[in-house]
Amino acid sequence: MQHRSFFYRAYDLYRDGFRHMTIGKMLWLIVLVKLFLIFVVLKIFFFPNFLSQHAEKGEEAEYVATQLLNP
Amino acid sequence: MQEFFSTIDAGTIEWSRAQFALTAIYHWLFVPLTLGLAVIMGIMETCYYRTKNVFWRDVAKFWQKLFGINFAMGVATGIILEFEFGTNWSNYSWFVGDIFGAPLAIEGIVAFFMESTFVAVMFFGWKKVSAGFHLAATWLTGLGATISAWWILVANAWMQNPVGCEFNPDTMRNEMVSFADVALSPFAVDKFCHTVISAWIIGAVFTVAVSGWYLMKRREIPLAKASMKIGAIVGIVAAMGAAITGHHSAFSVAQVQPMKLAAMEALYNGGTDQSLTGIALINPFEQPDYANLEEPELKIAAPYALSFLATNDLHGYVPGINDIIKGGYTNAKGEVEPSLEEKIERGQQAISALAAYRQTKKDGADEATLSSYLATLTSNMQYFGYGYIKSADQVVPFIPINFYAFRMMVGMGCLLILFFAVILFFVYRKDITRAPKWLYLSALAMIPLSYIASECGWLVAEFGRQPWTIQDMLPTWVSVSNIQSSSVMITFFIFLVLFSTLLAVELSILIKQIKKGPEYDKVESL
Repeated sequence: MQHRSFFYRAYDLYRDGFRHMTIGKMLWLIVLVKLFLIFVVLKIFFFPNFLSQHAEKGEEAEYVATQLLNP
Repeated sequence: MQEFFSTIDAGTIEWSRAQFALTAIYHWLFVPLTLGLAVIMGIMETCYYRTKNVFWRDVAKFWQKLFGINFAMGVATGIILEFEFGTNWSNYSWFVGDIFGAPLAIEGIVAFFMESTFVAVMFFGWKKVSAGFHLAATWLTGLGATISAWWILVANAWMQNPVGCEFNPDTMRNEMVSFADVALSPFAVDKFCHTVISAWIIGAVFTVAVSGWYLMKRREIPLAKASMKIGAIVGIVAAMGAAITGHHSAFSVAQVQPMKLAAMEALYNGGTDQSLTGIALINPFEQPDYANLEEPELKIAAPYALSFLATNDLHGYVPGINDIIKGGYTNAKGEVEPSLEEKIERGQQAISALAAYRQTKKDGADEATLSSYLATLTSNMQYFGYGYIKSADQVVPFIPINFYAFRMMVGMGCLLILFFAVILFFVYRKDITRAPKWLYLSALAMIPLSYIASECGWLVAEFGRQPWTIQDMLPTWVSVSNIQSSSVMITFFIFLVLFSTLLAVELSILIKQIKKGPEYDKVESL
């Protein structure tokens, strides 16, 4: 890769940036832990999609109609 | 229908609302500081770009570091709100349809690509890119965050004023018919301007408070002095801007959510030449007997000010709660407002027509019958939600919260204008580095107070539109999923612990970095 190319300079920017981080390392760790908790723990175990669990694919409208208009 | 609603756990609605409020309030701790500090650090770096004085570069780096900590801590906290839509508010999520999808998708793309790209250049690029490109990246980081806020506020504004859509009875969803109407509705524009400008106040207060702390400790004097000046100028301009945009927001609310305005003002019976209540005695824990009271006790008010706020005319007509329930007055559209009773009847017609349309279509009936049901549904769709209303009490928001939250927001806004004016007086006429200690302490006290004011704004916006999740179309108890309240309660407390921990971690990191102070003449600081 040419050292003067845009892609190399972009790569270099991120590489050097991440290498020289100080407090940024701790922030990234917190962000990753937070993303794990949100997307893995909370989403999978506590926040399933209610409609996809209670209605067949393509039948969501019917399910919601039954819920809202059930005589 | 009654059978269905009787199966819903009443606690589910309240816990789902509480959980959403908790998440939104927590999310809003980070967003305004991000938006506000983006302006502050942009100005600091612009000073560096113009003067080439390294002092300004170090000042800009210091505020960028605090911005970065807040930014990192706030990342993805808003995603949880979307999870809650899908789990706790599934009927609402389906009914909203694609209206939310488009703005939130744009928000996601903008947030990811624009913010992440320019944030990286801002933090890593001091010696890698030109000064001009770096300055552009700094401003674009703030612009990206502001554009993200735009789309979220568009989605929120649509719930308060559903425009640019049509309900599809086959899919049971609202479908966007005019992107421009959704994205550029006057309600959304007013909400965006008021919200973002008020966020700048938080950034300015934070800057002034941190600078005040340094001055009190007699350290980082040049940085604190320069930051105090810029923070106070941004603060006073933003605070006055918030007052102007607040007027526009109130005008918008009066047009499309008159009940919210009436609740904010505890205006039981309206009329022309209405005065704006400064303060009145209202029991904060109990809904007042608005049906029988003429007005709140011990009311002190500014003559004609409410009429002006709501109609831009000192003598304009402002309906009170009882007027809205009775109807019969000429509303903002120039039409005679139907009574609540009429709205309920029309809502019930819409629901019945929708049920009949779907059943008839299943049975394979002729087009003429379907068209007839469709015509009834379309002509009454704007009152669809009223079909679920059983009594007038259900359409009146809890008045004390709206009344006091509105006054706290406005009162704090006035106090902040005074505060920034005093700071600027010391900056320009006295010596801010030798100001009395109470001024520095008051600057620190302004951080929680300005946050309270900002959160009060959201309390008014969201409590004031009760019982509607979508104004006039869907009340909360219809929007909620048929789930157990215990499961929502468990996640509420999980969030409480998680959010409190994250907040404690953020505050600890922020305070540590503030105590450490700026790092002068170093290559990278984050």
